[in-house]
Amino acid sequence: MTEIVKPHRFLDYAPAPESTSILHLKKSYGLFIDGEFVKGHGKPFLTVAPATEEKIAEIANANSKDVDTAVAAARRAYDRTWSKLSGADRGKYLFRIARLVQERARELAVAESIDNGKPIKESRDVDVPLVAAWFFYYAGWADKLDYAGLGPNPRALGVAAQVIPWNFPLLMLAWKIAPALAAGNTVVIKPAETTPLSSLILAEIFQQAELPAGVVNIITGAGDTGQALVNHPDVNKVAFTGSTAVGRAIAKSVAGSGKKLTLELGGKAANIVFDDAPIDQAVEGIVNGIFFNQGHVCCAGSRLLVQENVHDEVVDRLKLRLSTLRLGDPLDKNTDIGAINSREQLERIRELSDIGEREGAERWTAPCVIPDKGFWFAPTIFTNVSTSSTIAREEIFGPVLSVLTFRTPAEAIAKANNTPYGLSAGIWSEKGSRILAVADQLRAGVIWANTFNRFDPASPFGGYKESGYGREGGRHGLAAYLQGASW
Amino acid sequence: MVGRLAVPKTYKLYIGGKFPRSESGRTYEVLSKKGAFLANAALASRKDARDAVVAARAAFGGWSSATAYNRGQVLYRIAELLEGRRDQFVDELVSAEGLSRTAAVKQVDTAIDAWVWYAGWADKYVQVAGNGNAVSGPYFNLSTPEPTGVVAIVAPQSGGSLLGLVSVVAPAIVSGNTVVVVAQQSAPLSAISLSEVLATSDVPGGVVNILTGSPAEIAPWLAGHADVNALDLAGAGDLGWVDMQITAADTLKRVIAPEVGAPAPSLHRIVALTETKTVWHTKSLI
Repeated sequence: MTEIVKPHRFLDYAPAPESTSILHLKKSYGLFIDGEFVKGHGKPFLTVAPATEEKIAEIANANSKDVDTAVAAARRAYDRTWSKLSGADRGKYLFRIARLVQERARELAVAESIDNGKPIKESRDVDVPLVAAWFFYYAGWADKLDYAGLGPNPRALGVAAQVIPWNFPLLMLAWKIAPALAAGNTVVIKPAETTPLSSLILAEIFQQAELPAGVVNIITGAGDTGQALVNHPDVNKVAFTGSTAVGRAIAKSVAGSGKKLTLELGGKAANIVFDDAPIDQAVEGIVNGIFFNQGHVCCAGSRLLVQENVHDEVVDRLKLRLSTLRLGDPLDKNTDIGAINSREQLERIRELSDIGEREGAERWTAPCVIPDKGFWFAPTIFTNVSTSSTIAREEIFGPVLSVLTFRTPAEAIAKANNTPYGLSAGIWSEKGSRILAVADQLRAGVIWANTFNRFDPASPFGGYKESGYGREGGRHGLAAYLQGASW
Repeated sequence: MVGRLAVPKTYKLYIGGKFPRSESGRTYEVLSKKGAFLANAALASRKDARDAVVAARAAFGGWSSATAYNRGQVLYRIAELLEGRRDQFVDELVSAEGLSRTAAVKQVDTAIDAWVWYAGWADKYVQVAGNGNAVSGPYFNLSTPEPTGVVAIVAPQSGGSLLGLVSVVAPAIVSGNTVVVVAQQSAPLSAISLSEVLATSDVPGGVVNILTGSPAEIAPWLAGHADVNALDLAGAGDLGWVDMQITAADTLKRVIAPEVGAPAPSLHRIVALTETKTVWHTKSLI
C-alpha cells in the first residue's frame, strides 16, 4: 500500500496572480436590449467576488416590463432582419464573434474567474477557448442547414428564451446563443444572478461584431426574471440549464403552449473504476471528474464506483493526490481549487456533507489552508457510502466525492443506473470490449471512457431520464432550434 | 333448417404476453356503428395500467438489447401474420367501424405496409440519427440513439382503429422501447385481435401491452407513473392532454403532442422516442 507522505514541502509556490489591469469594468451595468445597454426597472443588485466577498459592480434587474421590451426587440429583429439574412451572412456574424472572443480571451477569463470564483487556469484554458470554439463550430452550420439531415426545409423557430446557470456563465451563454443564431432564431437570454459579468462583456463583443440590434438580448435578474421570460407568450423556444427542480417547474409551465423545450438538468454521475484500470490515470480522471470547477458541474463524477479489490489502493492514491491540490485565489495561475460561487451554495454543500457524516459515511478532508474571507470548501471524500445514503443520491454540486464499491460489472451497472438522473458516466478499464459492453448498458447521455469532463462543440451533450431532454452541441444541438427536427 | 351457432370471442386485455381480464372485473359494451351489440370489452383499471408498466419494464432489457436485425425480423413477422389474417380484420372493421369493405381492406393493407416500413428502419435509424464527432483532441467520439424505455401511448381515438394503433406502436417498438397502449375506446376489438397476432409473431411478452377501456380514466395514471419514460399523446387531443403533460413533467417524461387521426409513417416518430448517447474514448499516443 502506498504510504501517504506529507507533500507540503514541495508546494511552496510563490504567488503568481494574473493581472486584472486587462479589465475595464464599469461601476454599473444595464440590460442589453436592442443592441444597447439600457436601465432596468427592477431594483439593481450587486455582483460580488466569491473569493473576497468584495463588490464588483452594480447590475440592472429586469422586471416583467423589461422582459416584454426584450422579447419585443428579439421579435422585431427576427421579423425584420435576422430571418431575412442569408445563412452565409448569419454565419459570418458568428465567425466574427468567435474571433473577437479569441482576441479578448484573457479579459473574459479574468472577469469570469473574479465573478465566478473558478481558477484562472480553467477559465483561461477551458471555458473561454470553448466559447470561441462553440461560435466557430455553429458559424459553419448557418449556411448548411439543408445538409444537416434534420428533415426537408429546416426553418428557425423564432424567438428563443434561454436561462443559464452560474457554473460556466460564459460557456453556457455560448452553448445557448451559437446554435440558436446559426439556425436563424433571435435570443433573449438571462444569465445567473451571481455571475452576470462576463455576459455583459460579451454584449460589448456583439456590438463590436456589429451584430444587428435585437438579435441577442441579455437581461440580468433573478428567478422571477427567468420565470417571466420562459412564460412570455411571444417566445417560441425555451432552453434551460440548471436544477432539476426548476426544470420540472418550467416543463409544467410550458406544457400545452407549443413552445419547443430543451432542458439540461442535474446529475449524479457514476465514475466506474475497474481493477484493470490504469490507476494513475484513473486517479487524475477522478480528480478532474469531481474537483474540476469546485465540483460545480452537472455532469461531475460525484459517485465513484471502485471495484472492491482496488478500493484501498485507489482511495489512498486519491488522498495523496488531493493533498497536493492548491486551494485559494482564483486569479493565481497555480490555483487548482477556487472559491465556491456563493454563500448559499456553500451552505448547501456543508449541509449535505454533514448529513453524509450523520448517515455513517467516513469523511476525509484534504489538508489545506482556507482563506479568511470568501466562500471555500476543501476537497472532501466520503468512503463507506451506501447506495441509500443521501450523499449517494442527491446532487451536491460541490467538491465532495462519495466512494462506493462493486464486485462484478453487473453490480457496477446496476449501481450506476440506480438514480433518477442520467446525464453522464465514466468508465476506467484497459479492456476495450468491457468498456463498450458497459457503455451500452449505462443509461446516461455522455459516457467518458478513460477520461472525464471533456466537452466539444461537435459533441452532443445532454441527459436521459430526469437529467432533462434535448442535446446541446453537434448536429443534434442544431435540431433543438429548428422546426420539426426531433433529435 | 337451423344454422350453425357461431362461437363469439371473449375480448380481454393483453399484458405481459398473456390475456387477462381486467382485475377490476369491469367490462363495457362495444357496439357497432348501427348500435348492435358486438362484445363486452374489458374496462381496464388503474391497477391494470400499473401491471402493464411492470410487464413493459421487465421486457425492456431483452427487447432493447436484441439485435436490430432481430427486431426488424420480428416486426416483419407481424406484417406476415397480419396478412394471413387479413380477412378476419377486414370483417371486424366492417362490423365495428361501419366501413365499406373497400375502406376496411385499405385500412388493413395500410397497417400491414406500415409494419413493413418500420421493420426496415430497425437497423437504419441509428445510422441516420447518429454520427461520429470530430472533436478537438485524441478521442474516439460517437453519438448513437437508443430507446428511451417504457412508452405509454394513447392510441388515436378517431379514424381507423387498427391503423391508428399500428401507427403509434410500430415506431415506438422498432428502436427497442416497450409500450403500454390504450386502444381506441369506441372500437377496441381490432386492438385485441392485433394482440393475438403479436402473441404469435415472436414479439416477446411485455413488449406491447394493450389496454381497452377509457383513456380519460387510465392515461392520467400512466402520465404520472414514475417508471414510464415517455408519453405519446397521439390520440389524447380531446382528453385534457395538457394536464397529462403537466403531470408527466414531474418525472420529466418525453411527451409527444396529440395529432389528428393516425400519424403518418415517419422517422420523426422513431427518433422522438430515443435518447442520444455520446461515448468518448481516449486514443493512446503512439
